[in-house]
Amino acid sequence: MRHFRETIYKWIFSVLAFASLLFLTGIILTLFVESYPFFVRHDISESIFGLYWYPTYDPPEFGMLTLITASFVVTLGAMVVCIPIGVGTALFLQELASASQRAVLKPLIEILAGIPSIIFGFFGMIVVAPFLQRLLGIPTGLNAFTASLVLGIMATPTVASLAEDAVSFVPRSFREASLALGANRWQTLTRVVVPAAGSGISTAIILGIGRAVGETMVVLMVAGGAAVIPHSIFDPVRPMTATIAAEMGEAVMGSGHYGALFAIGLILFFITLAINIVAEIISRRFRLKLGLGR
Amino acid sequence: MKYKTIHTAEPFTAHPGKAIRMSDFSQALGFLFLGACAAFALFFLGSILYFVIVRGAPAISWEFLTSAPRKAMTQGGVAPAIVGTFSLTLGAIAFAFPLGLACAIYLTEYSPKTILVNIIRLSIANLAGIPSIVFGLFGFAIFVKVFGFGVSMLSGSLTLGIMALPGIISASQEAILAVPQSYKEASLALGATHWQTIARVVLPSSLPGILTGVILNVGRVAGETAAIMFTAATFYTRGYPDSIFSEVMALPYHIYALMTEGTHPESQTLIAYGSSLILLTLVLVVSSLAIILRQRQRRVYGL
Repeated sequence: MRHFRETIYKWIFSVLAFASLLFLTGIILTLFVESYPFFVRHDISESIFGLYWYPTYDPPEFGMLTLITASFVVTLGAMVVCIPIGVGTALFLQELASASQRAVLKPLIEILAGIPSIIFGFFGMIVVAPFLQRLLGIPTGLNAFTASLVLGIMATPTVASLAEDAVSFVPRSFREASLALGANRWQTLTRVVVPAAGSGISTAIILGIGRAVGETMVVLMVAGGAAVIPHSIFDPVRPMTATIAAEMGEAVMGSGHYGALFAIGLILFFITLAINIVAEIISRRFRLKLGLGR
Repeated sequence: MKYKTIHTAEPFTAHPGKAIRMSDFSQALGFLFLGACAAFALFFLGSILYFVIVRGAPAISWEFLTSAPRKAMTQGGVAPAIVGTFSLTLGAIAFAFPLGLACAIYLTEYSPKTILVNIIRLSIANLAGIPSIVFGLFGFAIFVKVFGFGVSMLSGSLTLGIMALPGIISASQEAILAVPQSYKEASLALGATHWQTIARVVLPSSLPGILTGVILNVGRVAGETAAIMFTAATFYTRGYPDSIFSEVMALPYHIYALMTEGTHPESQTLIAYGSSLILLTLVLVVSSLAIILRQRQRRVYGL
């Protein structure tokens, strides 16, 4: 009887454990099923590499290259901001901050990582965009540059926090050996600690990229929303996430437009999936290298 | 003169007898750069807090917190949005917490080392990386349309719950793994079964850690916008939601709507600042609480 009950509990838990797998499969299936009618009616490569996104024209055009380019440009810009600042902050915390500074800064950064993205979008729209417009004398503050800046700052706490963890895993003996050889602290940091934590730092950066690609509210509010290939970083753009968020409300269910938005969702899904897999591989290698195990 | 003054031609450095070395110079420059990075990050993040607090504070009043919007969003308060955010968050956690905990128990206590378990782990990791707007699409297609829940609190809570699931699983796993092996061995040695050990030894001692992880996710769920845009949220409701099938107002979506819709930008901006301040306060209080609690627990377990 007792044995029977144990088995029942085990089964209940194993069934519930499949929930994540169920949801993941559900998401993939939903994206495929809802975008299938779109892919049937429209040529895949023509849509992905098409330059014109006019979903409400007659006949509509669903060229997604503008949207994909926009996501790419904004994410790249965000990384230009977030990699030096995020990794720099992590190294500062590890190398220069006193114990008491670290005790305050580390949790503070984690708390800042929790600021909702809508707050960043709101702040970007109402403070950063008008400020940059006046400062640089550009026609609109809502453009790829502003979106990159705000997005980069938003991803900074995440990257800083993960990179700091990676750097703190570097064994003390590595540093001691380097210092004993007569290297100063900066040489030790740049030539021993950072290379040793390299793949851990890369994982942090890749996860930051994932966060920036998938972010919706900031780009929806700050990027300007024009579905054209940008000629400069001060042009308004419309990334994939912003397109879905802005147009889902008006797309008629079952229409080509509706399917196209799910197709964008599918592309986004595969991009983030690839990012996750790469991060996972690199982080596993990092753990093996420093002998951390799982 | 008894003492001779020592004149040195060389400048004073940490290494007497040598001029300033290149490496010292690059070290100073490098450290300056690191300091500047940290300062810039804190400056920008601090200025967000500053603007939201300074400009949001004038909007806050008792009326703002307790009444519904009036006159096309230009006056009145945001009470229905606060209530909406609370109910969506509670609903999401009520759905995700039992499921996440069960999954964490399975993975830490029962899981055989099979391919299947690895697939579960992989799917959790990948679920965590999916953009929130894709969860929104999923929720819209499945809960709103296929299940026919409509744009409602139920659809929104379920969507948010699925989004919070990976976070809750990994926090619970971390807490369960932190329970010392000797506790379990002692319990099993006393003749308790595996399930008795889990229910009476492992879970009680890991509960503080699990709850901390859950609280940390509450903050994320409460501030989420993209996932509820087309599953639950609406710009305006006449009063408070009366069932789980009614549309709700939510603070994050309310801020977005105030900034992008409507015809009175001036007065709407003030309300948006006020709503941002409330949302920010809610989220930061909740997540600081979780982070402080977690640090205390880590110290207890010597992590």
